[in-house]
Amino acid sequence: MTAFLNHFSFEFRTGIRNKTLLLMNYLFPLGFFLMMGFIMGSINPLFIDSMTPSMVVFAILAATFLGIPDPLVNARESGIFRSYKINGIPSISILVIPALTTILHLVIVAVLITVTAAPLFDAPLPVNWLIYALVFITMAFACAGLSVLIGVISANSRITVLWSQLFFIPSIMLGGMMFPLSMLPEIAAKFAQLLPAAHAMNAFNGLAMGYDADFSAWGSVIVLALTGVVAFALAVYLFSWDSRNTTRRGHPALALLVLLPAIAGMFVL
Amino acid sequence: MKGSVIQVKDFRKTYGDFVAVDGISFDVREGEIFGLLGPNGAGKTSTLESLEGLREPNGGSVQVAGVDPTREPRKLRNVIGVQLQSSALPESITPNEAMRFFCAYHGVAPRFDLLDRLGLQEKRSAQFFELSTGQQRRLALALAVAHDPQVLFLDEPTAGLDVATRSELHEMMQELKDNGTTIILATHDMAEAEEMSDRVAILLNRKIVASGSPLEITATGAGLTKVSVRTQNACLSTRAVSLPGVSQHVSKDEYEIYYSTDIGPTVAAIITQIESQKDTLIDLRVERPSLEDRFLEITRPNAAAGGSQ
Repeated sequence: MTAFLNHFSFEFRTGIRNKTLLLMNYLFPLGFFLMMGFIMGSINPLFIDSMTPSMVVFAILAATFLGIPDPLVNARESGIFRSYKINGIPSISILVIPALTTILHLVIVAVLITVTAAPLFDAPLPVNWLIYALVFITMAFACAGLSVLIGVISANSRITVLWSQLFFIPSIMLGGMMFPLSMLPEIAAKFAQLLPAAHAMNAFNGLAMGYDADFSAWGSVIVLALTGVVAFALAVYLFSWDSRNTTRRGHPALALLVLLPAIAGMFVL
Repeated sequence: MKGSVIQVKDFRKTYGDFVAVDGISFDVREGEIFGLLGPNGAGKTSTLESLEGLREPNGGSVQVAGVDPTREPRKLRNVIGVQLQSSALPESITPNEAMRFFCAYHGVAPRFDLLDRLGLQEKRSAQFFELSTGQQRRLALALAVAHDPQVLFLDEPTAGLDVATRSELHEMMQELKDNGTTIILATHDMAEAEEMSDRVAILLNRKIVASGSPLEITATGAGLTKVSVRTQNACLSTRAVSLPGVSQHVSKDEYEIYYSTDIGPTVAAIITQIESQKDTLIDLRVERPSLEDRFLEITRPNAAAGGSQ
């Protein structure tokens, strides 16, 4: 337990000490929140209605997809994993602790966004705080799992960026953050159900903000939770200590299994 | 004689069709410093990594302090300490944090005294990337020995260090050895290997081609001893002198340099020559072949004859 706490404490401090992680965990999401509040508030007043969950989802996407995978790849490439292995640090700690510390940073950012959105921009507050917290944690868990999986399967930093952007950019465009999912063409709305952001916005709207959901809101929570579980399980299975990432238990293509909960959701929800 | 702490028998390591190590055997005795030498690609790293439990052997057997590194990795962690060549630590970690972090995983109390001992007392709160190469290596050594391992692996421990730091590290290695720690030293620095190692093994083309104490290894070579002589009137250079046992003679910087296979008669003949010419001896140095000479002779047989001279 002491080892876990020491590791957790170090990783948490790294999230603030490391300039890139500070940017992804705090500066980028909070700066984007202020910018969107001031600009979008006057351009599209409807945006304000879902501003709080949208900006929380944006913060999760930035901190996880842009903050978690690259340090994992760099640590593997520079031999840090090997030194961890030699000193008995288990692979599960290497994968889970950065995810947990990122979620803790996100809790701080989410609280900042949620408590300032109302006084600054007249954004509505959640009607069900408990469910709001539950959807937040489930979304953060799913995205952290996906990000760790990207870090595990990526051959190098360049590939990591490509994989991360494959989730990040479509999530911004189609995830229901800038405009409601109902405004998307039917085929695009269906495709959007592959993205955790769309499920998070659907669940926030339907369960925590008092709006109508576009599809089963609890179904979205289940899809997010299952995505997180499958992602972490695959990450642990495919993890390699090798700095060249050439020896692992399965083919990296197995990582695509992480999409199964979302694909099932496309047909069921 | 003390018992073996490391036993390697018919060890073989392959990567696909590529054979990195081809059936080598050696043992390392308790409390000795064992040098593992060889040119790049000889199989040193594969051997070390298999002993450290980072790679699985494809043949033969490996035992470290009675532990099979592949089958008992958890047990292995507490009996070995490894100072990695690349000093691989997260760039934002401080020496204090690293000490706390690694000791916690080994289940021992942090040894902050080691940081002070290794001259890191003023850098205990600096981030890893702010440390100099020497400080990073000293930190890596402190972390490697903090849990008091039975066997310590040092991979190029003094590469890139200044003379004073190198000397400090050598002193610490000697202390660890005196306290019973077995040390495996992988280095390209032949002078370091010769000075520090009780025994060495030279790997070449996936096999061990020489092993024994540095003295034993240097004694089995071509055996050319270098004799450098300087006299007041340079009597040895002004006339052709035939000396017993001398196979090669060169002049350099007022010195006459002889390479001898039979040092006693050669030196006696030199003294006789100087006396007979009524000259005065200013300097006479006898240097036995170094481990580096012998290493070059083994690894570059065609270049060694001239290379070492």
